[in-house]
Amino acid sequence: MKLLSKLASTVAVGTIAFAAAAGAYAADFAGKTVEWVIPFSESGGSAKWANFYGPLLSEALPGKPTVVVKFMPGAGSTKGANFFQKQKAGDGTLIFGSSGSTQFPYLLGDPRVRYEYKDWEVVLASGTGGVAYLPPDLAAKFDGGANALKDVNFIYGSQGATRLDLVPLLAWKMLGLKVEPVFGIKGRGDGRLMFERGEANIDYQTSSSYLKGVVPLVKEGKAVPMMSWGALDASGNIVRDPTFPDMPTFKEVCEKTDGCEASGESWDAWKAFFIAGFPAQKMVFLPGGTDKDIVDTFSAAFEAIKARDDFAEISGKRLGKYPQMTGAEAAGALSAATSVPDSAKAFVVNWLKEDYGVELN
Amino acid sequence: MDILTVALPALAEAFALILQPTALMYLVLGVVMGLAIGVFPGLGGIAGLSLILPFVFGMDTVNGLALMVGMVAVVPTSDTFASVLMGIPGSSASQATVLDGFPLAKRGEAARALSAAFASSLFGGLLGALFLTFFVLIARPIVLAFALPEMLMITILGLSMVAILAGRIPIKGVAAAGLGLLIGTIGEADAGGSLRMSTYDFPYLTDGLKLVIVGLGIFAIPEIIALLRQDRAISSSESLGSGWLEGIRDWFSNIWLSVRCSIIGVVVGIIPGLGGSVVDWIAYGHTVQTTKDKSNFGKGEIRGVIGPESSNNAKEGGGLVPTLIFGIPGSGSMAIFMGAVALLGSGDIEMGPQMLSGDYLDITYAIVWLLALANVVGTLLCIAMSGSIAKLTNIRFTLLAPFLFMLISFAAFQSNQSLGDLVALFAIGLLGIFLRRFDWSRPAFLIGFVLSGPAENFSNQAYQIAGSKFRLGFSVGIEYIFSPIVLVLIVITVVSVVIGLRQTNAIAPEGDVESGSKRAPLVFLLVLTAYIIFAFFNAAAISDRLVTDKFFPMLVAGISVLACLFLLFRMMRLPESDPIFADGEHNSDSANLVHGLWPTLAWFGGLLLMSSLFGFIIAIVVFLVSFLRVRAGLEWPRIVVLTALGVAFICFLAWILNRDFPPGLLQDYVNMPWPLGPDKGWIRG
Repeated sequence: MKLLSKLASTVAVGTIAFAAAAGAYAADFAGKTVEWVIPFSESGGSAKWANFYGPLLSEALPGKPTVVVKFMPGAGSTKGANFFQKQKAGDGTLIFGSSGSTQFPYLLGDPRVRYEYKDWEVVLASGTGGVAYLPPDLAAKFDGGANALKDVNFIYGSQGATRLDLVPLLAWKMLGLKVEPVFGIKGRGDGRLMFERGEANIDYQTSSSYLKGVVPLVKEGKAVPMMSWGALDASGNIVRDPTFPDMPTFKEVCEKTDGCEASGESWDAWKAFFIAGFPAQKMVFLPGGTDKDIVDTFSAAFEAIKARDDFAEISGKRLGKYPQMTGAEAAGALSAATSVPDSAKAFVVNWLKEDYGVELN
Repeated sequence: MDILTVALPALAEAFALILQPTALMYLVLGVVMGLAIGVFPGLGGIAGLSLILPFVFGMDTVNGLALMVGMVAVVPTSDTFASVLMGIPGSSASQATVLDGFPLAKRGEAARALSAAFASSLFGGLLGALFLTFFVLIARPIVLAFALPEMLMITILGLSMVAILAGRIPIKGVAAAGLGLLIGTIGEADAGGSLRMSTYDFPYLTDGLKLVIVGLGIFAIPEIIALLRQDRAISSSESLGSGWLEGIRDWFSNIWLSVRCSIIGVVVGIIPGLGGSVVDWIAYGHTVQTTKDKSNFGKGEIRGVIGPESSNNAKEGGGLVPTLIFGIPGSGSMAIFMGAVALLGSGDIEMGPQMLSGDYLDITYAIVWLLALANVVGTLLCIAMSGSIAKLTNIRFTLLAPFLFMLISFAAFQSNQSLGDLVALFAIGLLGIFLRRFDWSRPAFLIGFVLSGPAENFSNQAYQIAGSKFRLGFSVGIEYIFSPIVLVLIVITVVSVVIGLRQTNAIAPEGDVESGSKRAPLVFLLVLTAYIIFAFFNAAAISDRLVTDKFFPMLVAGISVLACLFLLFRMMRLPESDPIFADGEHNSDSANLVHGLWPTLAWFGGLLLMSSLFGFIIAIVVFLVSFLRVRAGLEWPRIVVLTALGVAFICFLAWILNRDFPPGLLQDYVNMPWPLGPDKGWIRG
């Protein structure tokens, strides 16, 4: 452990030195304005994320440019992404923040998608996690496996089957649960309210929402955590979520449940969409073909932000304790999040059509 | 929770926190910025908050709260200016104010209407804060009692206001509301994502139309065009009439109405998911129902201003409840507010149930009373300004109009930042002009539009959940659907519909419109009917697997078609002097119309066309110069000065809000510096 932290700090010092060096001759942003395009409205989770990183990025880039967040909502975030695809490689004054909602239409072959992730240069990948929970009476039937829950009629408040909710819906299907999704809610917060009002009896929240909205319910005895979606380790395996080390992951629950297999077509599909939706949920890109110097400068700047003494403290509360990946790690996250085997994709497309009547074109 | 041991000390701590010189300074700064932004129609809390977001990171918690709360609190106060003086709903909170406020301004009583509105706003804001101080402690179970059937009933109660605002021919009001509901369903369905009246080949419509655009199009454009055609000032009398003291006296003599409407504002504002978009209409409906002499509504009844204005500031307080104690934003600006609070201080304030615990209750109370304080400061500033701003109604309108076109185009463009925003504004504006001309109730249309999404979602979801409850047992299902709250709401709705229908002849939301020939009203009705029938078959074509996406538009279209056919049938039998053939072009005062409808509208159309070719800034320069020269007949020096001022102002506004202007075809080929082209020569998205 000691060795590891020593290693980490060496790397950090190295990157700061590198950032300074790179700044000296590669890219200097003095007096410039970096515009950070977010394909959502001012009120979403991506806005919160960009507003957190914006001022830090401004400090970390050589020449301390002004960083402004520009919102470009529309067409389920595909409008902003299509716009970004058309941008030529520039001087690094235009960056793009994508989210799971941008990745899913790409993976599912949504007809509105005219962007190609493989063209872009990734400089940061921010992860998150998710936790599913149950009311106490149903949680009593849950023993780490879901066998005793298979005859329960579940109601789940959902934003839509092609959104991030695809991950929990598929998980429940794999566990053999009878879950009826009530579509059309406006945000996960509304789903939690439905749970609190007793209208829904299964729900999930992303980690930060779980911590602030559901943990108080757990303390009052009104909700019991069921499982986390898990986290990715360095070699791409699903392990326990570091924020919730005592909770079993979906993988563990699946292995303990009859008829659910943590391998094969449906598992591959679930894992691919899980990665795109959670561990690599939000990413920062430069336009395709941007000079390597500029890309490296941004990578180094995000490295420097991560290396700040107070980063754990200021990010923990706002982003949760999740990996903020840069460099090769970010590239790895990107490729895991955007390359889904064709068979997995076909499986999901077919499942959406069979179970929910959703056709994507 | 023990009020004496927990709440009172927290309240004292809250006052100690906010009554600091720096906190008060930030509050005033926020209020001034909020007023400056709210005064422009279409810009509101969202624009203001995103303006200060870059600066709040790590800011002291109380100061940051003061800045943001100050800004959010006064938007519904300052948007009254646009509603009363120009007949333009400044934001969704003051749509109902337009109905009586604007006629008052036209009569030359702008100052009276404004001060009555501000007094009501202040009172509503304070009463809301007081109410919240106690209510917030017990709010959680009450908010949780509002499940989907209850929210659906509130939505239906909102829709029942159509009965009051339907106009002289109630069935026309029903059809107008149906059309509003239908237009609200355009785009991707929330439930299954099916497309309604739109295609992916033309992505603009898939997101649906935004309230800003529909509000501006349906109210602002028709009023601007109508005033322009007369070529005179808004106010028909030279003096501003009775001053602001009379307005305050008006408010005081209707203080109980103000109390009731404030409570309506807080209570409806508290319910998450509905937001505040219906509050002012419910308050207006209540005002009409409790007024003995209803003959003046729609023509300048001061109570019609006091009711909605009392409710809309109180609503902001109510809207804090779901945001603070559930962490669920009640509106777009509350969502940004929540995100911004996480950036304040050390970031340890998280909205949620813990805001009611001993540790954070002082912060909760600080927010509630900052809101009240901001209302006081904002109202005083508004009253101080109202005298001079009201003078706008004495300016020849032809000089104001081009700048209003500029402002509302800019505001509309903020919703999607697409040229489609301007096209949509023009199209809805055209619809608004005809609704106004043929005496179809525009408020009914707007209520339909606003409530379309909630009505569809809540009914689909409540139906689905009721189904699962009934599977648990018949009594479980019945208890779920017919809770005591639902029963009370049903009674209120029925009473309000009955009263509304009995009184509906008395209230003319479009004023008096005379009848003329048969042809024009008939053609308009046929066009509407054709659209509705088309929408019906469009929805019917959606796959049966996604019945939740097709049921609601088909039902609404079906009812609307029946209403239209009924009207058609009546039209065939009635003489052309019947009110069913109302046509504003035949009004006796239409002799005052100096200009025709189409030439006037062509100016706005021209601005749109030029924007699509050369981008907004070049278009607006050409538009201002030629309009001021040709239509207003000004001398060149004044034209140059006014145009320069106008363009400089809009550039300043865009620069400070960090926005671009609509680019045109030209910008696709030539890179131009801002503000002529988008920043850094971006190509069009």
